[in-house]
Amino acid sequence: MSKDILNLQLWQIGAAYVFIALLLVIVRRRGIGREREILIASIRMTLQLVLVGYVLVYIFESTNPLMTILAVGVMEAFAIDNIFKRTKEKLSGKLKKIIAFSMVTGTLTSILYFLFVVIRIYPWFNPQYFIPIAGMIIGNSMTGISLGVKGIAEGMRNQRALVESSLMLGATPARASREIVNSAFDSAILPTINSMVGMGIVSLPGMMTGQILSGTSPLIATKYQIAIMLGIVGSVALSVILFVILGYRTFFNQEDQLIQTDN
Amino acid sequence: MYRFEDVRYRDILNIDRLTIHENLVTSIVGPSGSGKTTFIRLLNKLISPDKGEITYKDKRLMEWDSVELRREVVMLPQQPAIYSGTVKDNLLKGLLYSEREPVSDEVLLEMLESVKLDKDLDDNAELLSGGEKQRLALGRVLLMEPEVLLLDEPSSALDDKTELIIIEEVVEYTRRNNKTLVMVTHSNRIAEDFSDLIIRISPDEPVQIREVSR
Repeated sequence: MSKDILNLQLWQIGAAYVFIALLLVIVRRRGIGREREILIASIRMTLQLVLVGYVLVYIFESTNPLMTILAVGVMEAFAIDNIFKRTKEKLSGKLKKIIAFSMVTGTLTSILYFLFVVIRIYPWFNPQYFIPIAGMIIGNSMTGISLGVKGIAEGMRNQRALVESSLMLGATPARASREIVNSAFDSAILPTINSMVGMGIVSLPGMMTGQILSGTSPLIATKYQIAIMLGIVGSVALSVILFVILGYRTFFNQEDQLIQTDN
Repeated sequence: MYRFEDVRYRDILNIDRLTIHENLVTSIVGPSGSGKTTFIRLLNKLISPDKGEITYKDKRLMEWDSVELRREVVMLPQQPAIYSGTVKDNLLKGLLYSEREPVSDEVLLEMLESVKLDKDLDDNAELLSGGEKQRLALGRVLLMEPEVLLLDEPSSALDDKTELIIIEEVVEYTRRNNKTLVMVTHSNRIAEDFSDLIIRISPDEPVQIREVSR
């Protein structure tokens, strides 16, 4: 059995597009009317991955740490923008700043700890490790913060009367929003916790699968998977807690009043 | 106790000059939409005026710490919120939020009796009727022994009995303990019967103040 991965010829990839054709036939036959979206999604997926493949090859070949930093910066920027777009609630400028701050601080702390203390990569900017690991940590934290934003914004909107009632009873803004903040945090970290529960049984995680495919021993892949999962938990928790404890405050003004939403 | 000078709030309130006295029962009356609720929300700094100045105990409201003020000037809104949990949890919420020591179950039971709420401390508060919830919220506020009590009249549509119980109870509390009460009411009758001072506000006319001889 060869340890090297089989390279794919162009025609082999082409053959895989049979699955898209199959999907298109089903959708067309049943009159579901999703052909456009399926085509666009397939084309986007293809172009984006080809592009990112070349970019990664370029970065991996360069010995300039700035390339790695730039790549992580771009990932952070896309992730933050994605959070803004995903949220259906109207976000104040202040809240957006807090989202960006929590995202960058939470993920960078975890990424740096993970790479320098846990894995101990060499050289420090080694893009082969830095970029995929940063990607996983940033991606998961992005989902976490999105859920946290949703939790806080919805909580503050739906429970406005309750929060104001607590203020009338002499509660500080922190006390008045504690339940909303806690439940936002809880709902933000729950998917990450749940994914740990099913891991290895319900699904083989993507990174582990990738390492195994590329010829790494499943035991090494397992060790990496455990470590990265812990790193993800840490980063999600850190960025979400930063976000919620800073974010609730934007719903109150200097006078500890709930900010009126109608102006 | 409170002094208003040249106070404007959006296009809702426009008060040139007004004083609310200590140890009195003051009623705020006026047509619906005249800003009565807005008026009392200014008193505990749930909102701040756009213009003008309000002083409380000779200190400008701006200089009061809002949370500290609200622990002294407690408001009972028209539709008080009930927190999930028991009757007891709800009664103790005000003391908890204002960072004070809880009181014993005996005190709580006495309070239930004085607000005429025939329930157990362990009952689920969310299952109470609208009127019962309002009496529970009143008990919660009275336990805080506020210096100034702000009452936005309970909607009488709910039940007449509750409305009267609440008003009698807050007036009793105010007079017995030499506290100050400011209440919003739509009913001239209630204002005449219970208050020392009636303030009539309406959007287009200047504020009218009338003393009621008792």
